[in-house]
Amino acid sequence: MLKSKLGLDVEKVGYAKSIAKDIANEVQQFVVNYTTVAVERTLCRLLGIDGIDLDGVPLPNVLVDSLKEKGVLEQGVIFYIGNAMVETGLSPQQIATQVSEGKLDLTALNVHPGEKIDMAIQPMVTASLQRIKERRARRDSYLKTIGEGSQPYIYVIVATGNIYEDVVQAQAAARQGADIIAVIRTTGQSLLDYVPYGATTEGFGGTYATQENFRIMRKALDEVSEEVGRYIRLCNYCSGLCMPEIAVMGAFEGLDVMLNDALYGILFRDINMQRTLIDQYFSRIINGYAGVIINTGEDNYLTTADAFEEAHTVLASDLINEQLAFIAGIPAKQMGLGHAFEMDPELENGFLFELAQAQMTREIFPEATLKYMPPTKFMTGNIFRGQIQNALFNQISVWTGQGIQLLGMLTEAIHTPFMSDRFLAIENAKYIFNNMRSIGDEVEFKENGIIRNRAKEVLQKAIELLESLKHEGLFNALEQGKFGGVKRPKTGGKGLSGVVQRGTNYRNPFVEPMLNRK
Amino acid sequence: MSGGLYSTEAHNLDTTLNLKKVKPYGDTMNDGKTQLSFTLPIPSGAEAIEAAKQLMLKMGFENPQVVFYKELTKGFTFFNCYGSCRHTVDYSSIHVPRVESTTWDMQQTDSYIKENIGRKLVVIGASTGTDAHTVGIDAIMNMKGYAGHFGLERYEGFDAHNLGSQVTNEEFIAKAIELEANALLVSQTVTQKDVHIKNLVELVELLEAEGLRSKVILCCGGPRITHELAKELGYDAGFGMNTYADDVASFIAQEFVRRMNA
Repeated sequence: MLKSKLGLDVEKVGYAKSIAKDIANEVQQFVVNYTTVAVERTLCRLLGIDGIDLDGVPLPNVLVDSLKEKGVLEQGVIFYIGNAMVETGLSPQQIATQVSEGKLDLTALNVHPGEKIDMAIQPMVTASLQRIKERRARRDSYLKTIGEGSQPYIYVIVATGNIYEDVVQAQAAARQGADIIAVIRTTGQSLLDYVPYGATTEGFGGTYATQENFRIMRKALDEVSEEVGRYIRLCNYCSGLCMPEIAVMGAFEGLDVMLNDALYGILFRDINMQRTLIDQYFSRIINGYAGVIINTGEDNYLTTADAFEEAHTVLASDLINEQLAFIAGIPAKQMGLGHAFEMDPELENGFLFELAQAQMTREIFPEATLKYMPPTKFMTGNIFRGQIQNALFNQISVWTGQGIQLLGMLTEAIHTPFMSDRFLAIENAKYIFNNMRSIGDEVEFKENGIIRNRAKEVLQKAIELLESLKHEGLFNALEQGKFGGVKRPKTGGKGLSGVVQRGTNYRNPFVEPMLNRK
Repeated sequence: MSGGLYSTEAHNLDTTLNLKKVKPYGDTMNDGKTQLSFTLPIPSGAEAIEAAKQLMLKMGFENPQVVFYKELTKGFTFFNCYGSCRHTVDYSSIHVPRVESTTWDMQQTDSYIKENIGRKLVVIGASTGTDAHTVGIDAIMNMKGYAGHFGLERYEGFDAHNLGSQVTNEEFIAKAIELEANALLVSQTVTQKDVHIKNLVELVELLEAEGLRSKVILCCGGPRITHELAKELGYDAGFGMNTYADDVASFIAQEFVRRMNA
């Protein structure tokens, strides 16, 4: 930590991180013994299996469901597909097709020795790693040759439901100055236990995340990146019941940023906590390897809980998310830890408290590409005041050096953004970022003043919360509603039936090379 | 300010207020001044400005002015405009259906329930269907409430259950039966392609099929919901923008007592 402008106690920060690490390690001890249907489908995709059967069911689902029905999913798809490859000499894609046609029963084949299975699988592993590495190199080369916008990156959403219309909106936003385009998913996709296939033109409040849609949008952004001379990043949502599958699709198609947070899914989508923490681990390994910046969803706590009273829960969750991300091999730079500007506009000195919290987050996670979320809870139909709320939010962001600025729209709470709303938001941000660029270097905060004291107080309360979380364990804390005021039972929520303990033949040959950047 | 270049005053304006012929007010009665903005899918330039002005004339504006325009991206131009609205409305003949209850504060509603019902009313609420937004139902139900209006959880007169978001209509009804709910609150925030209408209608149909519809007080709410729409869809009340927990609580209490005495 550089010299703290807030006078934060370095030792206290270190202590907070050490408790968060203990909490994360305890979660990890549980996670490593399990797999899920989503993790197994991800492995299918990493072996090159793609496409759908005659009923439109994705082949990874067909294959994984067939093993689940036979009650043998605990051994994992790698074991069964590898074994079938040794036995039949077919490729994974051919094997999946035959299973979908009912011509092949993977559990009825002779069982071959583990080494033979590993050898059969190895070329597929190498090929997929290579494919992801090439995608990563392509991004790096763009960043080296045409460069990128300066931080805070301007992040805007498109959400037409039609990927081709999204392309028009996204290219327009890039030309106006956006650095990151997020394609909002259709409402409800997080609860689908499969990833739809192909290009899609229908969605509610967003567009389906599909591999083909990823490809279409990345290509469109490559074009506009070259045109504007600035690399434009693409963001999607690695959350819900298909976390790791979306991660691998994004890795294949060159996505740059992914929302990727189990805690968010547990609290706000009622996804089972065991399921999604297991899914998260593998999805983060993939995101880390693919050079994707993950975004966490702490900002959402403040849409249900009070931003002033519950600020410490955001910090505590950021600290835990940081440690969980480290375990999955994600470097600090790829961590878009989340927080938000959500205080009641009527609160006296609310701006000062927001400033304190944003600066505190910056100092506690100095290398992270922090994701800062705009006001939503207190946005009304008064678009004129909304534009001012967004201006205050932009001022704090440039002042405290946030990484990703999810732009607020003046028409938040009215409709998904018009093209003109996005223009006004970008104009607002660019004006303020440019006009106040170096204010953070110029202004210091008064000792014992409102801002320093606020930061101290939030850190202290976060430490107290972490201590109690460590004592109880994260699962119990979630059951008690410690985050966002939302309570979730360990065995409740969606997706628990897709969790199985790993069997003796279980293998995942991607974890080691991905963690070690091979 | 007498009719110079910057005057917004039209000549020969009758500046008396006539409630049978109401039009927008800028700074002088009946000036009709209106601000609006829109984007046209055409490139910027003199023709674009002319197109915007012609469109405004067709919208019913006199003296259309384009005060700002900007090509947002190739082939799309954004306009900020002013004009004087030609049209008027008869305010004196307007009748808007509204929730027929008096809005009380929490203490009033609580004591009304205590005196007239003598037990807690069970209320369940959810954002149903695929809608993931909890902001609306939370504002009405959570202890803390919203903008200074305490939510139903804080009321002594209610046993309030917030089921959260993405609750299917079937689950919602099952919970209503389990808890013997007296009132059901449905929040709908996402309204693209009228997904909320289908979902709201489905709930009514399911309740009717279960024989429950007349046994519960059924309300819906959300930024695009009006009381009129709610009634049309078969709900007892609808709560739109700028309504709070107090409005909902008062309605439930008064409607329950009305039915008790009916």
